[in-house]
Amino acid sequence: MSITCSINGESRTSSAAGFESLLRVLRDDLNLPGSKNACEQGECGSCTVLLNGALVCSCLVMIGDCEGTEITTVEGLADGDMLHSVQTAMVAEGGVQCGFCTPGIVVTGAHLLEHNPNPSEDEIREALSGNLCRCTGYGRIIEAFEKLSGSNA
Amino acid sequence: MTTRTDSRVANGVGESVARPDGVPKVTGNFAYASDLVADRMLWGATLRSPHARARLVTLDTSPALAMAGVRAVLSQEDVPGALTFGQEHQDQPVFCDGEARFWGEAVAVVAADDPETARKAIDAIVIEWEPLDPLVDPESAEEQGSVFREMKIRRGDPDAEGEIVIEGYYETASQDQAPLGPEAGIAIPDGEGGLDLHVTTQWVHVDHRQIVACLGVPDDMVRCHPVGMGGAFGAREDISLHIHIALLAQRTGLPVKMVYDRSESFVGHVKRHPSRMWYRHEAATDGTLIKVSARLLLDGGAYAHTSSAVLANAAFFTVGPYRCDNVFVDAAVVKTNNPPCGAMRGFGAVQTCFAYESQMDRLAETVGMSPLELRRHNALVAGDPLNTSGQIIPGSLPTLEVIDALDSIPMPDPLADDDPLHMPGGTGLTTPFSAVRRGVGYAVGLKNVAFSEAFDDFAEARVVLTSSGAEVHTAAMEVGQGLVTLCQQIVRTVLETENVAVIWNDTSSIGSAGSTSASRQTQMTGGAVHAAAVGLRDEILSDHAGDELRGDGVYRNGDLVASIAQVCSNGPVDHWVRFRHPPTEEPDENGQGNVHAGFAVAAHRAVVDVDPELGLVRVVRVDTAQDVGKALNPQALIGQIEGGIMQGVGLAVMEELVIDDGIIKNPTFTDYLLPTFLDAPPVEARIIEEPDSWGPFGAKGAGEPPTISSTPAVVAAIRAATGKALHRAPVRPEDIIGL
Repeated sequence: MSITCSINGESRTSSAAGFESLLRVLRDDLNLPGSKNACEQGECGSCTVLLNGALVCSCLVMIGDCEGTEITTVEGLADGDMLHSVQTAMVAEGGVQCGFCTPGIVVTGAHLLEHNPNPSEDEIREALSGNLCRCTGYGRIIEAFEKLSGSNA
Repeated sequence: MTTRTDSRVANGVGESVARPDGVPKVTGNFAYASDLVADRMLWGATLRSPHARARLVTLDTSPALAMAGVRAVLSQEDVPGALTFGQEHQDQPVFCDGEARFWGEAVAVVAADDPETARKAIDAIVIEWEPLDPLVDPESAEEQGSVFREMKIRRGDPDAEGEIVIEGYYETASQDQAPLGPEAGIAIPDGEGGLDLHVTTQWVHVDHRQIVACLGVPDDMVRCHPVGMGGAFGAREDISLHIHIALLAQRTGLPVKMVYDRSESFVGHVKRHPSRMWYRHEAATDGTLIKVSARLLLDGGAYAHTSSAVLANAAFFTVGPYRCDNVFVDAAVVKTNNPPCGAMRGFGAVQTCFAYESQMDRLAETVGMSPLELRRHNALVAGDPLNTSGQIIPGSLPTLEVIDALDSIPMPDPLADDDPLHMPGGTGLTTPFSAVRRGVGYAVGLKNVAFSEAFDDFAEARVVLTSSGAEVHTAAMEVGQGLVTLCQQIVRTVLETENVAVIWNDTSSIGSAGSTSASRQTQMTGGAVHAAAVGLRDEILSDHAGDELRGDGVYRNGDLVASIAQVCSNGPVDHWVRFRHPPTEEPDENGQGNVHAGFAVAAHRAVVDVDPELGLVRVVRVDTAQDVGKALNPQALIGQIEGGIMQGVGLAVMEELVIDDGIIKNPTFTDYLLPTFLDAPPVEARIIEEPDSWGPFGAKGAGEPPTISSTPAVVAAIRAATGKALHRAPVRPEDIIGL
């Protein structure tokens, strides 16, 4: 089977059988290991990508369902060397420790700000509640998004 | 001649410097162990015991080996060297030795061309078991003498009595570290019979020692490399898949990668020891502690790992940060057929803190003092003898300052609205808003820093100065905590050079940095890097008496007299250090002696809202004050404090490995609950800086104290809200509603 989709603005083709997860194909076939596999069960959000603009856990999406779709992974958020504002804020505010959850949080956060440029603390928490982080206790991450929210006021 | 007036460099010690690996981590470009690949790489998979205890009757690997794409299948008969491994005691078989002793014990491994084939090959192995009765009750194990270590502490007068007697029984459940990065690694043959290993770990040198022993090869045939790590928290202090992939690479001559999935991770690493604790506090009517007697029982599971050191910590921190002259402890860690336990953040001090702080609250109530007043009244401070070992507390221990700082943090506003997002249970709350009960609880915790009990604890580091900047060379593991940033900051401050790179060395290139555990790397590797940088500076200035070294050269009276290029004209200047903390002693038969090198104290105040009908808890906030010696990087420090508190909150209200007859019933993130963004309470932290006697710039390790007293503070708050005694952590809904 051959599946073609647009990933981070580039047309990519996978020869996967079709039943593999999008996450497996990204990581193992397409050399895009930024999306992380931490539970492969849709609980932790570390593998979050945008699929036709919608947030999905790529571990729960079969590659066979991705034909003709547009996918954005963490590798596609920066514009060349220009980091996405969420990426800059996460580094500056100490929202990154081990960083394994970070790709999912960055993608989810970018999606949040695109749809709600000035989220309240509750809206930030709710939007990111599908992303587990074991290192930070979430405080610095919330701080990063609150700063971004303020900057969009 | 260049003249400079500024005397310090940017991004040095004391500043909230951003971590150098932050950008690669937010762009997805940081390489974690599970991301590594190599040409012609095979994939490994592991066959595990489905029984907590069983005799291995038949093991036939030939059907797996006959499959297309399968390159090797290994079991115990294929181990060329030592058949067992272990950090302290080599008691765990590399592969099942005829009897499986815990659920998930490794029996065989496969290397195949792709992960699917490896998994199918595991299923093709023919195996027959004769299940045996597992020993799963720790009290039965103790009665049978199935123990890894027993300890006694006998200090003071056994006949001492207090008018007030508080007796209690407490339990804590097993907790999983749940680092988001799973166990992962790759073993790459070097073509000359040797191997390079890149595996998730907290201590490459102690891995190396165990791997070469099991491979039966000389030390220099294996190099263990530091690798990108998705957290650790103790889970990676012991061997997981290291030896298995090394054996598969040795057998096949090809690179072998293995990654545990989440369920396998739950059985593939050690966990926090579940505990049972019986306490008796005796006090004067004014609240002064007279005597503490305790029996501690930890379940170590099937193999030793670091159980004996965990038990020592539990025993030495039986009483906590309080003066007491008469202390009697009987402690044991037992061997059972439960999942093996070892290190997790707090390392034995978590369990006892839950018990002694529960006792202190009951004592406060009995003598009519507030929780903090009783703790102030009994506070243990620097210069006092430690209540258990009797050693004089060295360095700083600002217990009173920590308590006062916590007390000065404003309380949150009362619950003002019935927004379901702010209710216990969130939108699932069915109890009327008016029935929600608020409670406030306090706890203070004490922990040693670095390794104790006469362990030869050292860290090596090299600092190299070149004409373009400085390099730090170390084999310390950066697991996410930010050691990489501290190393840079320390060198910047000492050498006044801004461009500092940290180079992670493998086991053949530098000596051990010791484990990234026991809150020790800030002081140990930080201490080594500091000493190396100072040594380097002194070496350069030995030819320039009275001069100053700055980033671009040597200055005299504000004038540049030798540029860095001139200083390095004969090549880079290099200084290597093996740093040790002040020596410690083995405890004597009564647990007495100079056992620990340093201590840190923290205090927590938790505010909770409880739905008393459904037994649901919302942790409204947790505030803290912590003794850190010196804040080398305030932002990273706050990150450690907030992250550590969340693991303590987890153990208080939701995190429990449910183990039934030796089998973990919830080895997934669906069933083992971690605090989410919506569960996480805001934290306000007050940092207390009283320099310690041996850390760089007076700094103390800061990773563990946040996890130790946050759990009892939350449980105390739930008690205050509900009036329930609550002798167990985590507190389950049924504990609150009284089922």
